[in-house]
Amino acid sequence: MDNVNAIEMRNITKRFGNVVANNGINMVLRKGEILSLLGENGSGKTTLMNMLAGIYYPDDGQIYVDGNPVSIRSPKDSFLNGIGMIHQHYKLVDVFTAAENIVLGLEEEGKLDRKVIAEKVREIAERYGFDIDPNQKVYDMSVSQKQTVEIVKVLYRGANILILDEPTAVLTPQETDKLFAVMRNMRADGKALIIITHKLHEVLSVSDRVAVLRKGEYIGDVPTAEATQQSLTDMMVGRATTLNINRPDPVNPHPVLEIKNLTCVDKDGVKRLDDVTFTAMGGEVLGIAGVAGSGQRELLETIAGLYPAVSGEVLYRPDESTSISLLGMDPLEIRKNGVAMSFVPEDRLGMGLVGSFGMSANMMLRSWRKGFGPFLNHKDPNELAKSIWENLEVVTPSINYPVRRLSGGNVQKVLVGREIAAKPKLLMTAYAVRGLDINTSYTIYNLLTDQKLKGVAVVYVGEDLDVLLELCDRIVVLCGGQVSGVVDARTTTREEVGLLMTQFRKEEAAV
Amino acid sequence: MSTLERKKDPFIRISKRSEGMSAGKAWGIRVIGLILALIVSAIVIFVIVRMNPMDVYASMWKGAFGTTKRSWITVRDTMTLLCIACALAPAFAMRFWNIGAEGQVLVGGIVTAACMIYFPEMPTALLFLVMIVSSLAAGAIWGLIPGFFKAKWGTNETLFTLMMNYIAIQLTAFFVSLWENRPNSRKVGIINQNSKEGWLPNMFSEGYNNDFGWNVLIVLVIATVVFFYLRETKQGYEISVVGDSENTARYAGIRVSRVYVRTMAISGAICGFAGFLAVSGSSHTISTSTSGGQGFTAIIIAWLSRMNTYIMLVFTLLIVFLDKGATQIASEFNLNEYCSEIITGIILFFVLGAEFFVDYRVKFRGSK
Repeated sequence: MDNVNAIEMRNITKRFGNVVANNGINMVLRKGEILSLLGENGSGKTTLMNMLAGIYYPDDGQIYVDGNPVSIRSPKDSFLNGIGMIHQHYKLVDVFTAAENIVLGLEEEGKLDRKVIAEKVREIAERYGFDIDPNQKVYDMSVSQKQTVEIVKVLYRGANILILDEPTAVLTPQETDKLFAVMRNMRADGKALIIITHKLHEVLSVSDRVAVLRKGEYIGDVPTAEATQQSLTDMMVGRATTLNINRPDPVNPHPVLEIKNLTCVDKDGVKRLDDVTFTAMGGEVLGIAGVAGSGQRELLETIAGLYPAVSGEVLYRPDESTSISLLGMDPLEIRKNGVAMSFVPEDRLGMGLVGSFGMSANMMLRSWRKGFGPFLNHKDPNELAKSIWENLEVVTPSINYPVRRLSGGNVQKVLVGREIAAKPKLLMTAYAVRGLDINTSYTIYNLLTDQKLKGVAVVYVGEDLDVLLELCDRIVVLCGGQVSGVVDARTTTREEVGLLMTQFRKEEAAV
Repeated sequence: MSTLERKKDPFIRISKRSEGMSAGKAWGIRVIGLILALIVSAIVIFVIVRMNPMDVYASMWKGAFGTTKRSWITVRDTMTLLCIACALAPAFAMRFWNIGAEGQVLVGGIVTAACMIYFPEMPTALLFLVMIVSSLAAGAIWGLIPGFFKAKWGTNETLFTLMMNYIAIQLTAFFVSLWENRPNSRKVGIINQNSKEGWLPNMFSEGYNNDFGWNVLIVLVIATVVFFYLRETKQGYEISVVGDSENTARYAGIRVSRVYVRTMAISGAICGFAGFLAVSGSSHTISTSTSGGQGFTAIIIAWLSRMNTYIMLVFTLLIVFLDKGATQIASEFNLNEYCSEIITGIILFFVLGAEFFVDYRVKFRGSK
């Protein structure tokens, strides 16, 4: 039995439309090991795991559990095969207790006996060293306690194979330690575990073996003992590809946005930004790199007045003699103070635009206050919409056609077009080319470069390292809410940035 | 490996029309719905009560528009209901489910009745000013409370406004027993029956409440103002942005909580004004049934018309007409009143059903 693999995936392929999320993947999970699954954003890790969890069904290929071919068509099939996945977003009922959540959905015969359940939960907790009170309500729990409930839930159902999707993203270092201790106990008990993570030092500290995905392909696996942060980064980011984005030299750089010691905390008390300091210069494109959830969204939203900061300073300097402190202002006050800031948010239809409005009414999101008295001015937004329609070649039947029905690229043209038309001195963009085709992406790059040549400070939050390296002048790398480095995009390498993206500051990396 | 079983296409496929429909075609569907409704009702009438459906329809028409007075009452009730529907439009455009119109109308009615009872000596013009202002204010407060709680603590507005209705009903019951005309009658009776103080007069003739009146003019003005408020003003724009996405609103520098509170105050105020119309303009008394479910009927109307206050006029008229017609046939043919309700039900079913075909495309198996 010892030789049998807990899971074997053979030649697994999954496509979403034209996008190949997983291409012919062969992967093995052995019994009694912790396997780290490593890869950049969009490399297909979660998709691959979701096929084990019964959320997706592979287009091609075969999964074996304990050496037997299985077909996992639903989360229930997944449970029956002893697989339990702990998702990034917990699926718990707030008003139920831990024990009630754990048995929720189980189709057991007979009466629901809370005492027996609580006893069983305690037994599992003791065996693996969990800290859990079966009678505590979920709404009273911290993030890490909720995670514990999720893990106990799958163990209660007799899972022998556990998949944890970025379990440490929301945990403090101490909680992470606790989790790893529990994971080691489970391994000692013969269970097989897969952990998805971006954090290299965690990979090195907890796992036995590391498997790497890149752009939907299985790159390979190595025993952790033979791996280093550098070797893993190389596997993860691969070789650079050349994009030939036009990058003129910065024009007369001068500070426009100064961020000093900025710290933000979310509503669960987790630090999202930690002592962030950098300066964005007019006349250059400043890239912001980092794995997903490293604080990019919080950073831009804090600057835009949409996210509260705990401490630090955000200074806007329209010219050398003046500076305006933006912290504590809401977006209205920021505009009223004459701050020429444009912001292309990540959530285009949920924040940047109103999906049910046409282009014209969406132009008004910026200018609606300018009408006469209490009335709206339709004329200027109409003209602006028409000029964007023509100049950026937006494909839409009319300027009043709901933008929700446009394709992703056209939606982004509308949004970027409007923000640039506001004549900003500071232009912030979040994932400006996500989901866009090559041509539209280049349109966006050229628009941003034009702005740079006009002396605008462009902040470009991106996920594709190749683009960041070719489009930007300097790159600020975020890791876990901290700035792990600021590099010159012309001289740095993919490997250097990749390493910084996963490298915590010393005190945390030592954990 | 398992293979997926190839199944037949579903018998009926329903999909949302992606590009919408031309206004003419949409009204065509609605008219077809109405005609079908009349045909089906005719069959039902004939099968159940063995009467000539044409007589029944004629009687319905007579009930609503048979005499000048009846026409006036139909128009008057249409205006009150339209006023409530217009009041709901701003809240619904904001995706704020104000189902508290019932209560907001009642509090407006209570203060109107109070003014009539306590200030009969006041000069008429001043009395009307006081009644109107206080009914607007009372409705505004009743609407503002759930708006404020939603803005501040994110409470559920549906439950909140619904419960405010019950508070308003209890308040009304309290004032009814305070003002009852004879001890233990539980009725306020007609207020100022002799002096007619505080009664909304006819517009072009002597007398009260039997000919064309001010409320028609006022409500049509309200409908127009609401129409332009939602489409042409900055506040109307703020409302639709907040209704689509709070995040976008915050991003655009709109103060979301302020919009919630302000819009609900406006919505409540217009409802309160409808309460004034109901008391001063038609019933001249107050009871827990002064709003009589109109606050809920208005929800259907507002939705059917998609917040367009002029289309609301059409649907309001239809609903009031059905109501009056049903009462008439019940009394004229000595029919059980359920029979007239069946007819009303059939007509509403087809009219509402027509909206489904306006919004959705239906494809049968085998058709292209």
